[in-house]
Amino acid sequence: MSAVSIRVTVNGTPFEREVEPRTHLADFLRHDLGLTGTHLGCEHGVCGACSVLVDGRAVRGCLMLAVQADGAEVTTVEGLAQVEQLNPLQEAFREFHALQCGFCTPGMLTTLMQLLEEHPEPSEEMLREELSGNLCRCTGYAGIIRAAMKAAPLLKAQRENAA
Amino acid sequence: MKAARFDYHRPATRAEALDMLQTLEGAKLLAGGQSLVAMLNMRYAFVDHLIDINRVEGLAGIALGDTIRIGAMTRQRDILESPALKARLPIVAAALNFVGHLHTRNRGTIGGSLGHMDPAAELFGIATLLDATIHVESRRGPRDVAIADYPQGYMTPGLDPDEMIVGVTLAPPAAGHGWSFLEFAQRHGDFAVVAVGTTLAFDSAGKVADARIVLCGMGIAPLRLAEAEALLVGTTAEPEAIAAAAEIAGRQEAMSDALASETYRRHLAGVLTRRALTEARARASHGKVQ
Ligand SMILES: Cc1cc2nc3c(=O)[nH]c(=O)nc-3n(C[C@@H](O)[C@H](O)[C@H](O)COP(=O)(O)OP(=O)(O)OC[C@H]3O[C@@H](n4cnc5c(N)ncnc54)[C@H](O)[C@@H]3O)c2cc1C
Ligand code: FES
Ligand code: FES
Repeated sequence: MSAVSIRVTVNGTPFEREVEPRTHLADFLRHDLGLTGTHLGCEHGVCGACSVLVDGRAVRGCLMLAVQADGAEVTTVEGLAQVEQLNPLQEAFREFHALQCGFCTPGMLTTLMQLLEEHPEPSEEMLREELSGNLCRCTGYAGIIRAAMKAAPLLKAQRENAA
Repeated sequence: MKAARFDYHRPATRAEALDMLQTLEGAKLLAGGQSLVAMLNMRYAFVDHLIDINRVEGLAGIALGDTIRIGAMTRQRDILESPALKARLPIVAAALNFVGHLHTRNRGTIGGSLGHMDPAAELFGIATLLDATIHVESRRGPRDVAIADYPQGYMTPGLDPDEMIVGVTLAPPAAGHGWSFLEFAQRHGDFAVVAVGTTLAFDSAGKVADARIVLCGMGIAPLRLAEAEALLVGTTAEPEAIAAAAEIAGRQEAMSDALASETYRRHLAGVLTRRALTEARARASHGKVQ
């Protein structure tokens, strides 16, 4: 049951840590790295609150072991904004009241980062289907969908500027 | 909701993985983790050793020929997004759209889905519909398992403890076949209460030459409807033939559980089969002949 040494880049910063194999990625981010933006709801894959990006793909942080992220690049909600500057999706969430308690929000944002990158012109229907994997018990999703629709072209422009 | 302790192993080759599987006591393979890690977290499952095959070389990929071979560690997402597969065998992507969510498909694999063997798993249904051969390896050598011989009981695959699935071969119907995959679930992305997959291939005279129907969620394993398939062959799959096939679907044995009663499952099986066959007929290139 020995600890394993891993190297992982989180939001651009490399880390080297010893982890117990049973520690899942979300607990590792929260407890070992102090990145408490990633939330845990159910810890068995159902709620989506723990969603983070691993090498650009959205994953359930509670269903991936931290040891499995060895060598990977992880992006959490803390990595989406620049200092003093929210990203366009976060701005749109604020504008459209896409959060109330905020518990689901980090998972919504990270999931939408992959979705909107792959679907720069999303339909509302597609977004509603895809976001069925992220439970929100406050907003009724209407604001989240509006925010995503608004942010999609802005994120695209941002990616094109960066390229 | 924390897993009990275990040791973690990360083999780089098949040979290493198979050695570990044979020698370590209380070991399990870790593929996408989308079922196994959830079960470990909930302590429904306990392991002493977890053998992570995510970095084993040569277990992922899709090879298209007369048959289609998919490596065990091919992610559900990569299967869903393969343009070549979508062109040759569109029903696979249609079924995968019902499997979990973006996150679970990003990690989840076809081998893991077959290893887990949830009775309602769409990929298990697809394997049954497409007469899959499951390729298995152990230190004792390779072995092929026909999908019909694979289920040994509720969530119990016909594998020995030292065996690993390395790939699956699907036998697609002739080009131009019609297809449909429909399911009823409580929410999008949930396991199906009942799902139906069907393919219909027509001959040049506009008659059904090859009909396949599978029901998922009725019992411990997906169910092929041989009687309904035989009934459709030689017909034009006209509404009366479809109704007769749907009637057969609606009188199969079904389980009752917290999600739905046996009666309701039967009802769903009949309705979904009728709709799926109708859709498959409309999609087939010869289905509109006459
Ligand atoms: C929220 C949520 C919704 C879901 N919805 C659906 C759904 O609608 N439909 C559906 O079908 N599934 C669904 N799933 C489960 C699906 O995502 C899993 O991917 C699948 O059941 C297991 O695949 P895996 O690669 O994650 O395997 P793992 O979880 O890693 O492994 C599953 C089992 O298979 C064994 N195994 C893995 N690989 C092999 C191999 N190569 N050889 C032998 N044994 C092996 C493991 O030891 C384990 O016992 C859902 C999961 C979640 C979390
Ligand atoms: S905490 Fe991971 S999905 Fe709920
Ligand atoms: S804002 Fe409260 S759960 Fe979504």
